Amino acid sequence: MNEKPLALLPELILLLGAVATLLSGSFLPRRRQGVAGLVAALALAGSAAVALAGRSDQTVYGHSFAIDVATSAIRVLAPTATLLVLLLATPRIAGNRRQTEFYVLALLATLGAQMLAGSSDLLVLAVGYLLATVPLYGLAGWGRDAGAAEAALKLYLFGALAGVVMLGGVGLLYASAGGTRYDELASGLPAAPRGLVVVGVVGVLTGLLFKAGAAPLHFWVPDTVHGATAGAGAVLTTVPKVGALVAAYRLVTVIPADDGWPVFVAAVAAVTMTLGNLAALAQTVPQRLLAYSTISQVGYLLMAVAVAGHRDALPALLVYLAAYALANVGAFAVVAATPGRRRLSDYRGLARRRPAVAAALVVCLLGLVGTPPTAVFLGKLTVFEAAWDGGWGWLVVLAAVNTVVSLAYYLRWLVPVFAASPDPSPAGSAGRSAELAAVVAAAAVLLAGLAGGALYDAVGGTLLR
Amino acid sequence: MLPLLVFVPALAAVGLLAARGLRDRAVRWIWTAVSVAEAGGAAAMWAARPASGFGYEVDVPWIPGLGSRFHLGLDGLSLPLVAMTTVVFAASAVYSLRHGDRPRRLAALFLALETTCLGLFSALDLIVFFVFFDLSIVGMYAVVAGWGHGAQAARSALKFFLYTFVGSLALLVGFIGLYLSSAPRTFDMVALTAQAPLSGRGVAGGLVLLAVTIGLAVKTPTVPFHTWLPPAHTDAPAAGSAVLAGVLLKMGTYGFVRIAMPMLPEAWRRYAMVAVVVGVLSALYGALVALAQTSFKRMVAYTSVNHMGYVLLALGAAGMVGGSDSQARSVAVTGAMTQMVSHGLITAALFLLAGVLYDRGGTYRMADWSGLAGDAPRFATATALAAFASLGIPGFSGFIAEFQIFTGSFGSTPIGAGLALLGILLTAGVFLSALHRILLGPSRGALATAGASGHGDLRRPGDLNGPETAAVAALLVLSLLIGLFPGPLLDVIEPASRGVAALVAR
Repeated sequence: MNEKPLALLPELILLLGAVATLLSGSFLPRRRQGVAGLVAALALAGSAAVALAGRSDQTVYGHSFAIDVATSAIRVLAPTATLLVLLLATPRIAGNRRQTEFYVLALLATLGAQMLAGSSDLLVLAVGYLLATVPLYGLAGWGRDAGAAEAALKLYLFGALAGVVMLGGVGLLYASAGGTRYDELASGLPAAPRGLVVVGVVGVLTGLLFKAGAAPLHFWVPDTVHGATAGAGAVLTTVPKVGALVAAYRLVTVIPADDGWPVFVAAVAAVTMTLGNLAALAQTVPQRLLAYSTISQVGYLLMAVAVAGHRDALPALLVYLAAYALANVGAFAVVAATPGRRRLSDYRGLARRRPAVAAALVVCLLGLVGTPPTAVFLGKLTVFEAAWDGGWGWLVVLAAVNTVVSLAYYLRWLVPVFAASPDPSPAGSAGRSAELAAVVAAAAVLLAGLAGGALYDAVGGTLLR
Repeated sequence: MLPLLVFVPALAAVGLLAARGLRDRAVRWIWTAVSVAEAGGAAAMWAARPASGFGYEVDVPWIPGLGSRFHLGLDGLSLPLVAMTTVVFAASAVYSLRHGDRPRRLAALFLALETTCLGLFSALDLIVFFVFFDLSIVGMYAVVAGWGHGAQAARSALKFFLYTFVGSLALLVGFIGLYLSSAPRTFDMVALTAQAPLSGRGVAGGLVLLAVTIGLAVKTPTVPFHTWLPPAHTDAPAAGSAVLAGVLLKMGTYGFVRIAMPMLPEAWRRYAMVAVVVGVLSALYGALVALAQTSFKRMVAYTSVNHMGYVLLALGAAGMVGGSDSQARSVAVTGAMTQMVSHGLITAALFLLAGVLYDRGGTYRMADWSGLAGDAPRFATATALAAFASLGIPGFSGFIAEFQIFTGSFGSTPIGAGLALLGILLTAGVFLSALHRILLGPSRGALATAGASGHGDLRRPGDLNGPETAAVAALLVLSLLIGLFPGPLLDVIEPASRGVAALVAR
């Protein structure tokens, strides 16, 4: 059965880290809760370091969990993103009664994302889904105000519905293939009744598309991100998406391609990117703008899922995910660093007052557009290339048009930043650590883009099942 | 050698930023020394250039997964522009010995900008080209926003940024189109030129050319994408205007010669008429609007639109393969390249002179000036020479350029060239009337003694000081040398433009 607990060391470190954070937080006075944050940060850094240090491609626990290039990439990426989120959330949560809870929930959500990414068995996938979803309900409602309540409730209702549908799908696929492991699905599904398989796959994908925030399950994203704190919003739009997209990629590689699944995924991708972009154009609140921007980004990312199995698709997806995660967290860090500015127009004069934050915002937003030399450009270009080679020319053209359109709303945010401010802008120079997170994320997006060759070397490889 | 030339200014910029304690005077001299050394380096590379093909090539893998390499090299198209760039930047630095506040940051910015310009002209990889293209936009934005004068400086800078940045995205889409259609996939300009990947692909080639052309046309700028130019120039500091008009505009026209024409020959031939029409429109429209200006600097800005129009006319004519001989087409390309160099030198001088005007009187309005020939003879001489050079009087580089442009274009588009020729007449009118207004007439000092006030301070304006004279004189002398002895320049350009003309015709 290949039961090697040590192969799951990164996940175990996160789990134990969550417990240790909870315990240390419980016994510390409120003003010393930062220690719990330190424990959480250490766990995240340790988990990422272990994943980075040693990777032996294998499947463990009866082929139910695959440790391969995709899992390893997410094992580094998800904790790194969460680490940045903890940094950016500090100004908001420090000294709060529920400070430790934020850390614990973020750790558990990260663990869930890694489980999602690595699962090679529908039951593990379902567990990963729950683990990546339930802590987020708490995280979305962490602020305990009206916005947070709406955020949590909306996420909960969608999550519960998608979860039930997903479990139903798991059941149907189990019935059709006679097993839940992906190798069993790959061998059993082609012979199974087609209707059963179609409904089952749609069910499972429903859960994953909800996690990724793809159309038509994207309605929770803007409201939840707007209502929740900037830190929670950053987690919600980064960590679970990363896990869910890799999980979707894995699933699409095992289901019979001749049933037209690529068309289905391509259609979802097209609708998602277009809807997200068009809705983002009209936004005036940075969080909502970012929420819709993440929806459109998921559309581009799903292009790689549509050509799953293509030689270049997996590296493209992983590089794009990494670059997107960094740029997105960086943009949320800017929101966290400027708590007094609630609307896009409030950002007037930011460049003069806080040049570092403004520069980070420029890099992150232009990165999200996909401008060289940021890493998102590499990811986006290779995803486009894979889709083009996979025969999805119209999808690439649509995505290119969407990219050009997306520049409009990112610039709507950037223009006031560089406009002269007529009056003293709202105070809010607080948030040094959020500023640091923004600068670090922006620098990482740039450096990863300049060192693109090394990045692609690191994500070469194939999936295991 | 080439990476050294490209990146030494950026290293100097980093050094200047780090050296917080440096005195302003020292900063200005370091800036000047580095810029002049760059010009010297470019001259040395000119002297030691290979007889043909790319010299000083550097080619190291950058992003292997994308087929993007850090590939630099100089040939007859890029070497003259690289040399011109170093000269214009050196002149700006010398001029700034007595101008510009916060010199440490200004110097760092200009040096960094010089790296992006040199990098762009020597880039042989589309991604490298694009990165430098975008960074130059950011740098120029900072120059206009940070050191511009006038209440609208931030707004003008933003307009410049938005126009050219959106244009650059179109350019990027075009580059990706080229990349996706190439086999094997590559961003390498040399390989793409050899492949001409979209030849025979009809609509796709046209669309990619459209994307590339929009990006380059915004930067050039041509009608109807020129509206960012006048405000950006009006509000930019003098040295910034000199670099913007002298160097940054050439990025657009250079892109046509280096990318659009040789990589998309079929599409370029098919739509050559569009380039001719846009070129003629830009030439005439720029000249007519310049004629109506009351501000000296805006007038010079519009003549840039006019001069870039000639370049586009020539490049379009070079694409009209039917009905012209290859000799004429390569003369047209040579003329266009010469015009880029010539315009860079002359317009930089004119903008530096406009800066002097603003420095002395705080206004560009031509109505506020008169009699400068008597008050400031050095300024008057330099302005008159620069104006005559710009309107294409024989003896200066502008004549060599425009003569070749029209010689090369008349065969294939007699009507277009004939119409554009009117532009030369108009430009002559523009400059002569401007000279008449600001140089002749009663001296302002005389006005002050006569008591006819109304213009505030009516002291005799100071003439050009040493550094200003040196900067402007260097640019004009170079233009004069090219005008009198065009041989050395044409020897470099001609083989390369024959190559481009042949590539377009294949």
